Amino acid sequence: MRLFPMFRLFPILLLILASCTKKAGNENEIVLGEYGSMTGQESSFGTSTHRGIEMAIEEANAGGGHAGKKFRIITYDNQGKSDEAVTAITKLITRDHVLMVIGEVASSRSIAAGAIAQQYKVPMISPASTNPKVTQLGDYVFRVCFIDPFQGRVMAKFARENLKKQKAAVLRDIRSDYSVGLADFFSKEFKAMGGEIVADVAYSTGDVDFKSQLTNIRSKKPDVIFVPGYYTEVGLIARQAKELNLNVPLLGGDGWDSDKLTEIGGDAIVGHYFSNHYSQEDQTPRVQDFIKKYRARHGEAPDSMAVLGYDAALVAVDAVRRAKELTPSAVRDALAETKGIPGVTGVITLNAQRDAVKPAVVMQVKGPKTYGYVTTINP
Amino acid sequence: MQAFLQNLINGLALGGVYALVALGYTMVYGILSFINFAHSEIFMFGAFAGLFVALQLMGAHDPMLVLMIVMLAAMAACMLLGAIVERFAYRPLRSAPRLNVLITAVGVSLLLQNLAQYQFGSTPRTFPSIIQTIPLLGGSDLVVTNIQVLVILVSAALVAGLTYLVNRTKIGTAMRAVSYDIDVASLMGIPTDRIIVFTFMIGSALAGCAAVLYGLSYPKIEPMMGVNIGMKAFVAAVFGGIGSLTGAAVGGLLLGLAESFTVYYISSTFRDAIAFAVLITVLLVRPSGLFGVIRKEKV
Repeated sequence: MRLFPMFRLFPILLLILASCTKKAGNENEIVLGEYGSMTGQESSFGTSTHRGIEMAIEEANAGGGHAGKKFRIITYDNQGKSDEAVTAITKLITRDHVLMVIGEVASSRSIAAGAIAQQYKVPMISPASTNPKVTQLGDYVFRVCFIDPFQGRVMAKFARENLKKQKAAVLRDIRSDYSVGLADFFSKEFKAMGGEIVADVAYSTGDVDFKSQLTNIRSKKPDVIFVPGYYTEVGLIARQAKELNLNVPLLGGDGWDSDKLTEIGGDAIVGHYFSNHYSQEDQTPRVQDFIKKYRARHGEAPDSMAVLGYDAALVAVDAVRRAKELTPSAVRDALAETKGIPGVTGVITLNAQRDAVKPAVVMQVKGPKTYGYVTTINP
Repeated sequence: MQAFLQNLINGLALGGVYALVALGYTMVYGILSFINFAHSEIFMFGAFAGLFVALQLMGAHDPMLVLMIVMLAAMAACMLLGAIVERFAYRPLRSAPRLNVLITAVGVSLLLQNLAQYQFGSTPRTFPSIIQTIPLLGGSDLVVTNIQVLVILVSAALVAGLTYLVNRTKIGTAMRAVSYDIDVASLMGIPTDRIIVFTFMIGSALAGCAAVLYGLSYPKIEPMMGVNIGMKAFVAAVFGGIGSLTGAAVGGLLLGLAESFTVYYISSTFRDAIAFAVLITVLLVRPSGLFGVIRKEKV
């Protein structure tokens, strides 16, 4: 009987041992960290980004790595939750001692985790968070995509100039910094261009019933509705709008970009527009080449998140190669000087605010998993 | 006026689903005096069962027939799961303190959630449109779809059927007897274990049917979907007076309506806040809920 307590302790001891031996990064490796929503509501964001990052890292290693060392990426899942994102990045920095971190797509999570990166002074690159607050966290936080004011402005401009609409309604996800940001900038720009916002109503991430909000919007008779949410809710919103006979164009941002959009939205989402980072119809060799490689590997065309993940990793690798020494602060300095990196989403130059300056494309949903290129709007 | 009617219809369709799930909570409470927290996960499994059966049958047969089969399959799957949960998680604890059973219920709920995440993955899936959504009444200001009517009618029919079952049949009489006093019922020759498992199965079947109706209206199926709706339905059951069938049905409908009107006239941010404020107010005035009766503790 005396032996039993020891037996019980044994697995715990094993665990402790395991966590000690699992010291990341030996002499021949440059370890980068990644955190993302690999599971949960927005799991397609996390998995796509990861695929893109993986491809860039492999190419970098095939190209000889850096100074005789290979790049390695450690990835943690945050289940689409902000608190988990904080745990994940803390683990990457304090336990795995990564040189820099790549993540997240959703602005709310990038903001939560970016604060940690800034606190530990380890550089972080967000592949796709477009909320301005992300890089305002401090000089260690960067991004390779455009920002919400620009995206909101693009859709306002598109609604006024291309679609010639006068009265717009806004349906925003009040729990998402991304959605609120886009909605605010859209409203501001749309009004500045002589349009009128007739309704501005809200929902929360995870809601499934939007009929009351849509009934409200319907009573105001808008000729276009701006829905800058994420694809799951947008799919349901499109369905319910159609059910309620609310047949005006819906506009949105890059949060729509997932194959799940048409799966959930069905016929109801067809014909609506969203702004995005790149178009598969872009004939630039670099873009077509990437699409071909991605398709060969994953059996489908890359969505924006995959492309941005790839670009973020490109920028990361480039900064590591240019850094004076392999410390987080030296890599940060190199990142700040990123200039003219030929990414798939365009040539990436980071400005003084650590944001990328790039054009946006407007896409129209054509059918299941198919989108048509409509126009490009420059910064 | 049009907007009022539109919200009324939307709220009734939402409330119908709440009512069906609430009935499961209230039935188990009525008979065993504990909250079956795993009920929301039985609802979720029903949605997945419906989803898989629908994907097998879609297109090959008449839509109405497919819908019938999908509903029956989801109900059967839920009945089975309900029976298993009762047999292996709750029956061994029949004579244990009620708090133990309650904690077990929470445990079963978490187990089922994680099992579903492991088995089905946490990426939301789309419930197929078994029947096309057609507006029956299609003005520009007021739309009533066939799905909404279906939800309301099926819910009403099931509530009526259940009321008949409990009040007019032999097994219903036995259920009420067990609910009144389990020990005396067993002395009178009522097979209490069988009655209890039957109660669980009926409650679960309602959840299965609710899950299919929910899938048709809000086609997003994921392992955590039960949490929110389960909470709402539980609130509806307490609001109506837990243990009372009429209470659960009325509570569900009222909660659906309250949400619908709150979002339209006030703001979606207050959706749950208002619903719960109403609940608290009712419980302050009538501690046993709208239709509940306070049972005196037997000494």
